[in-house]
Amino acid sequence: MSLLLLIEQVLNGLQFGVMLFLMAAGLTLIFGVMGLINLAHGSLYMIGAFCAAAVAGATGSFVLALVAALAGAAIAGALVEILVIRRLYGKDHLDQVLATFALILIFSEGTRWLFGSFPLFLDVPDALSGPITLPGGIEYPLYRLTLIAVGLVVALGLFLLISRTRIGIQIRAGENDREMIAALGVDIGRLYTIVFALGAALAGLAGALVGAIQSVQVGMGEPVLILAFVVIVIGGIGSIKGALVGALLVGLTNTLGGIFLPEVLKLFMEPSVATSVGASLASMAIYILMAAVLILKPTGLFGARA
Amino acid sequence: MKFFSLAASAALALGVVSAHAEPFKVGMITTLSGGGAGLGIDVRDGFMLAVKQAGNENIEVIIEDDQRKPDIAVQLADKLVQSEKVDVLTGIIWSNLAMAVVPAVTAQGKFYLSPNAGPSALAGKGCHPNYFNVAWQNDNLHEAAGAYAKEAGYKKSFILAPNYPAGKDALTGYKRFYDGELAGEIYTKLGQTDYAAELAQIRASDADSVFFFLPGGMGISFLKQYADSGVDLPVVGPAFSFDQGILQAVGDAALGVKNTSQWNKDIDNATNKAFVESFQAEYGRLPSLYASQGFDTANLLLSAMGSADVNDPDAFRAALKAADFSSTRGDFEFGPNHHPVQDIFVREVIKEGDVYTNKIIATALTDRADAYAAECKM
Repeated sequence: MSLLLLIEQVLNGLQFGVMLFLMAAGLTLIFGVMGLINLAHGSLYMIGAFCAAAVAGATGSFVLALVAALAGAAIAGALVEILVIRRLYGKDHLDQVLATFALILIFSEGTRWLFGSFPLFLDVPDALSGPITLPGGIEYPLYRLTLIAVGLVVALGLFLLISRTRIGIQIRAGENDREMIAALGVDIGRLYTIVFALGAALAGLAGALVGAIQSVQVGMGEPVLILAFVVIVIGGIGSIKGALVGALLVGLTNTLGGIFLPEVLKLFMEPSVATSVGASLASMAIYILMAAVLILKPTGLFGARA
Repeated sequence: MKFFSLAASAALALGVVSAHAEPFKVGMITTLSGGGAGLGIDVRDGFMLAVKQAGNENIEVIIEDDQRKPDIAVQLADKLVQSEKVDVLTGIIWSNLAMAVVPAVTAQGKFYLSPNAGPSALAGKGCHPNYFNVAWQNDNLHEAAGAYAKEAGYKKSFILAPNYPAGKDALTGYKRFYDGELAGEIYTKLGQTDYAAELAQIRASDADSVFFFLPGGMGISFLKQYADSGVDLPVVGPAFSFDQGILQAVGDAALGVKNTSQWNKDIDNATNKAFVESFQAEYGRLPSLYASQGFDTANLLLSAMGSADVNDPDAFRAALKAADFSSTRGDFEFGPNHHPVQDIFVREVIKEGDVYTNKIIATALTDRADAYAAECKM
């Protein structure tokens, strides 16, 4: 195992983590501010990817595809909030889980009805395709490097939005005491719609960005959604900083665990058994990480509330 | 209770004449939603095309969606057997689902015709007289890929597959015919779509070729990322990642790749020509190997229905075993463990006009049965 390979794997872990952050940020905002468990967040990721693939197919422009993904997911998010979610704020979490699970089924079948069951294609733009050589002689795909950069810029933007702007203050205040900020004259309904659309847009962006290197297909959001829930549990519910740290931890654990666990087991096991056992252990690695974090900090790394 | 069952069997015996009016019921459990839906839809469409062409009004197909989840597949099988009283089951795509459903179904005396999954456990010690596989034993296409790799002179392959029964069968099958060294051997997660870590390992190894088995969307992701990673080694694989349903999504990344299959649209026989044409006319797309497997499964069933009564299991079993139907693959017969004996070809991905497709360039294995037949006692 050379140092170059290790650095490349760390970059892979970062890239995966940053994309998870885009998913987890919206999820944690919605959960933190509105107290709502939204299982349909993965569908918004899928909607983003399908909008991007459809627009890229029609126009050939990747930039337009990204704009479409952001807009499509944000509009879908706002509609869902106004038509369905609004009725669920006062209800308990079980009702929310049931209703948003139904939304997953509706979105999946609707997408299949519109686009068919076969995967769509969305290509990496020519300007970003192929590998580049980094200092030290590491060859790394330029597109993945761009994903890391985009993700970090979005994280910074989100941090500034929450901590420095007026709407950010309202969001943070809504997290702590929604009656009070309503009494202060903030239109809480509109605020919730905005937060929901923002979360949806982030998920849609992640779907479009990842869709270019993976397949765009119905149901693509569900595996990512599970990981995003793990991320916000690790990071602490409602914390953007926690979502970022949690996402990077999960990304790195997932990537490095998959590589190193079989290698370590090979030291004292038959190679074929080690690859098989190592692969199974690696799938569990992030859940073991989550359990470990919860034992040490029951509210997550940056969680304020119990 | 005893009286009841006596009365029931008497009614059955008396009802022989009217039994012909009862439709022959087929239960199809396949994957119609979620990530693996394309495969199940192709099997269903191929199967229903054959049923439609046969014009046999006496057959009723009940189609259910397993969502690629073993627990749902088991529930559906119970429902089809117990309340729908189907005579034959078919349709399962994934080996882990087949392992959950097939042994239970055949133990209840029903017939199971597999149009896809062929796990080694059901070909060897776990074989059953009522279980027929119309596609292949899982190892087969990978064995052919290994034979091709040996023929092409590859000495150091990097091999990877998902961590589930068919993935293990795949790597075992490849290694059975490939005799070079391995530069690396990895099991990935089933359903994984990001292969950055695996690609970095391939790049860091000194492999001279890559063999992978990643069906459905997994293969699309892998190939696109492979093309983008700058790794430039020849790729060999089974048809599953280079098939009609997904080639358009993979695009240029797949051009020129060699893959192994028991079927292709250019196999030169009348049945296959008619199948390709009628499938295109009916559904507006080219058929995949899954569609051909669904089509052959239905035709096998129709041939058995024509010569034996399913209420006489021994006769019906013999009629299935005879495989007296004309297959899209040309030569086809069952071995002693009810798995196919057939040729497996090497295909190359090409572009015909705007459409990515395959053409056969060689035969990798002739009249190949499988490695587990000797373990099967029935």
